[in-house]
Amino acid sequence: MSAEALSADTATAVAPERPVKAVRKSLSNPLITAAVVALAVLWTIPTFGLLISSLRPARDVVNTGWWTFFAHPHFTLANYHDVLFKSGFGGTGGLFPFVVNSLAITIPGTLIPITIAAMAAYSLAWVRFRGSDAIFFTVFALQVVPLQMALIPLLRLYTHGAHIGGVQFLPSLPKGSYYPVWISHTMFGLPLAIFLLHNFISRLPADLMEAAKIDGASHFRIFRTIVLPLSTPALASLAIFQFLWVWNDLLVAITFAGGQNKVLPLTGRLAQLNGQFGAHPELLTAGAFVSMLLPLVVFFSLQRYFVRGLLAGSVKG
Amino acid sequence: MSFSLPTGRRRRRLMVIAPTIAAITLLAGCSSSKKSTAGASSTAAGTSSSAPAPAGSTSASAGGSTAPAAAGCDAYKDYPKLTGKTVTLFGSILPPESDSLNKSWADFQNCTGIKLAYEGSNDFEAQLGVRVQGGNAPDIAMIPQPGLLQKMVQLGAVKAPPAAVVANEDKYWNKDWKTYGSVNGTFYAAPLSANMKSLVWYSPGAFKKAGYTVPTTWADMMTLSAKIATDTKGKVWCGGIGSGTATGWPSTDWLEEVVLRQFGGQVYTDWVSHKVKFSDPQIQAAMKTVAGWYQNPAWVNAGFGDVKSIATTTFQDAGKPILTGKCWMLQQASFYGAQFPKGTKVGPDGDVFAFFLPAMDPTVSEVPVEGGGEFATAFRDAPEVQEVQTYLSTPLWATNRIKAASGWVSANQGVDPSVYTDPVDALSAKYLTDPKATFRFDASDLMPAAVGSGQEWKSFTAWFAEGQSIAQVAKDIDGAWPTG
Repeated sequence: MSAEALSADTATAVAPERPVKAVRKSLSNPLITAAVVALAVLWTIPTFGLLISSLRPARDVVNTGWWTFFAHPHFTLANYHDVLFKSGFGGTGGLFPFVVNSLAITIPGTLIPITIAAMAAYSLAWVRFRGSDAIFFTVFALQVVPLQMALIPLLRLYTHGAHIGGVQFLPSLPKGSYYPVWISHTMFGLPLAIFLLHNFISRLPADLMEAAKIDGASHFRIFRTIVLPLSTPALASLAIFQFLWVWNDLLVAITFAGGQNKVLPLTGRLAQLNGQFGAHPELLTAGAFVSMLLPLVVFFSLQRYFVRGLLAGSVKG
Repeated sequence: MSFSLPTGRRRRRLMVIAPTIAAITLLAGCSSSKKSTAGASSTAAGTSSSAPAPAGSTSASAGGSTAPAAAGCDAYKDYPKLTGKTVTLFGSILPPESDSLNKSWADFQNCTGIKLAYEGSNDFEAQLGVRVQGGNAPDIAMIPQPGLLQKMVQLGAVKAPPAAVVANEDKYWNKDWKTYGSVNGTFYAAPLSANMKSLVWYSPGAFKKAGYTVPTTWADMMTLSAKIATDTKGKVWCGGIGSGTATGWPSTDWLEEVVLRQFGGQVYTDWVSHKVKFSDPQIQAAMKTVAGWYQNPAWVNAGFGDVKSIATTTFQDAGKPILTGKCWMLQQASFYGAQFPKGTKVGPDGDVFAFFLPAMDPTVSEVPVEGGGEFATAFRDAPEVQEVQTYLSTPLWATNRIKAASGWVSANQGVDPSVYTDPVDALSAKYLTDPKATFRFDASDLMPAAVGSGQEWKSFTAWFAEGQSIAQVAKDIDGAWPTG
C-alpha cells in the first residue's frame, strides 16, 4: 500500500492543480525526485514479487524464488481460480462470502467512529464548556493504551454485560455477531479520529461560526452546514485510514466475533488458506491480492481529498 | 501532521453529508436492533442454564418417539434428539483438513438435530486463552497439548466429562492416554486423534533388492546399519532438523525415543517433570546412544553430507534421498508421508514405507510408542455438549472420521483396523492401540515452553551443528528450566 500511496502523493502534488509552491519547488529538484522514485520502486518490489508469485504454479512457488520467473516464465491463473471459486475450504464460493463479511465489518467500522469523532471534535473545539480541554487531553492520552490490553476485559464485558450489584446496566451481546466488532473498532479508532478532526475543525475561521450564530443557527446546524462540508479533506483522509485499518484487522475480529464462517473476515480466511501444515503457500499470494483490491478502489476514489487533507496544514497563510 | 483550513479553496460538498447521515441512521438502527437481539439471547441463555430439567425430559421422550426418523440413524438411537441446539467446537485443524471433521459428524447432526459448528484457528493456543478468560469459551476445544489442558483446568473453566465418556475412555484406550487427559489425577478430556512418532521411513524396494529385512530389535537395526555402511561404502541414515524458528525439534524426538526405549516409561515421565535432569547419568547415556546413531559419521547424513548437514537440512527435505536410493532410513513421524511428492507410492510394496522403531529391551519397555494427540475438552455444562463429547469418544465417531479421509489415526481400541485405507495409518494404529504399548506424549511438548520449545531446540541444534559436548548441552538445558 505504502508504495502506491507514496507515488500517488508525489504524482498529484506535482500535477498542476494549484499546488503549494514550496512543495512543488522541493519536489522538482532532480535529486529529490530521483530519491523519491528510487524509494517508490524499492517499496514496490515486494508487492511486485507477491504479484508474480500469485501467477506462478504451486510447484514453482515452493521450489524457487519469484525472480526466477523471468528466466522460466510459467504463468497460471489457477491460484486465483482456486481462491475465488473453489469451495473445498469448508464453505462455498471461495473468498466471496468473506469479502461480504469484511464489508459488513468495515463499512460500519469506518462510518460509526468518523461520525462520532466529527461530532465530538466539533463540540470540543467550538462548544465552550468547563473541562472541554481536560476531556480532549484525556481522549488524546487514550491513544497510548495498546488495544491488546483491552481484549480480555472487553470480551468479558461483551459476554457478561455489566452489573453493579444486581442491576444490569449494559446487556450482554449475542455471541458470534458483528456488534462487538463494530463497537470495538469504534472505541479503538476514536482517540486518533477525535484528535485529528479536532485539530482540523478548531482551525476553521471563527468568523464563520460567529456569523452563523448571529444568524441564529443552532450548534447542530453549524455542524451540519458549515463544519462538515469544510472538513471533507480531513474526513476523507480519516476514512481512508480507518477503512484500511479495519479492513486489514484480524485480531479484533476473531477475538470479538469468533472465527465462525458466517462472521469471519477476509483476513481470517487468508490466515487459514495456507493450510494446517503449510501445504498451500501459492494460494496466500493470490488471496492477498484479492484482499488488496477493495482498499485500492477506496484509496483511489478518495485520494484527491486525501492529498488535500495532508497538504491542508502547510498552506495556511 | 496537522490539519488546518485552506480557506480560499474549499468547496462545499454534499457528498460527505450523505454518508454521515447514513451512518447516523445506521447507528440508530443498530442500537435498537442490538437491544432486541441481546434481550432475546439473554433470555435464551437464562432458560438453558437455569432449567436443565425440561431439556433433559424432552430429550428423553424424543429419543423414544422419533427413532424411525431417518434410515441410517440406528447407530444414533442412544443419543436423545435435541433439535435446534448448537455446539461450538474450536481446534487447530484448518480447512481443508477440517472438512473431513465436518463430514465425520454429518450423520450425527442429522440424527440428533444438534448442530456442530467447528472453527479452526492457526493461533489456537493464544486464542483459546483469550476466549476462556473473556468468558467466550467454545463449548468444546480440541486441545493438542496436555500442558494447555492443565492451564485451562487451573482457570476453573473446564467442565467434568459425563460418565459415558469416562466409561469409553476406560474401555477403549490404553491407560497411558487417560493420564494425559487428566490433571492432578482428575480425568477431564478424552483423546480425539493420535499421531505416531516411533516410525522409520525406508524404501521397501531397495531393501528387497539388497536382501535386507526390516529390523525388529534395536540391536538388529544397529547391525543392519553397520552392514549397509560396509556393503554400500556409503551413508545409511538421513535426517534434517531445520524447521524455521522451530529448528531442532526433530532431534528432540530422537532423544525421546531413545530415553523411552533405554530406560522406560517411568524415567521418561520423571524426565518430563525434571525429577530426572538432563545431566542425570541416564539421560546422558541416552544422549550418547543418540550420538552413536544419528551422529555416527559413518552412517549420516545420507544424501546430504556430513553430520553437521543435519542442522542445515529442513525436516521436509530429509527423506527425499530415500526415493533416489541415496538414503536407507529416516526416523520421522507418521505425518512425514505427506512430504513425499505426489505420485509416490506409499505401502509395503511401494516406493516408501515405514517400520516401527524397534524396542531396545523388552524388560524395560515391550512396545514403546511416542506420539501426540488432541483432547476434547468441554467448557459448557449442557446436555447437548455432553452428548457431543460422548459421541466423540466412541469408536463410531473415530470410524466415521477415518472413513472420511486418510491421514488420521485414532488410538481408540474399539476401531476395526480394517477401516484404515492408508497403510501408514494402519501401521500407526496397530502400535497406538496395542494393549502392551507404553505410550508417551512428545516430551518437548510437555516440558515448560522455555525448555521444550526453546533451550532444548537451541542446544540440540548446537549439538548437531557445532558438535557441542553432551555435558554442555545438558547443562544449558537444565539451566533454562524455569524455577518454582
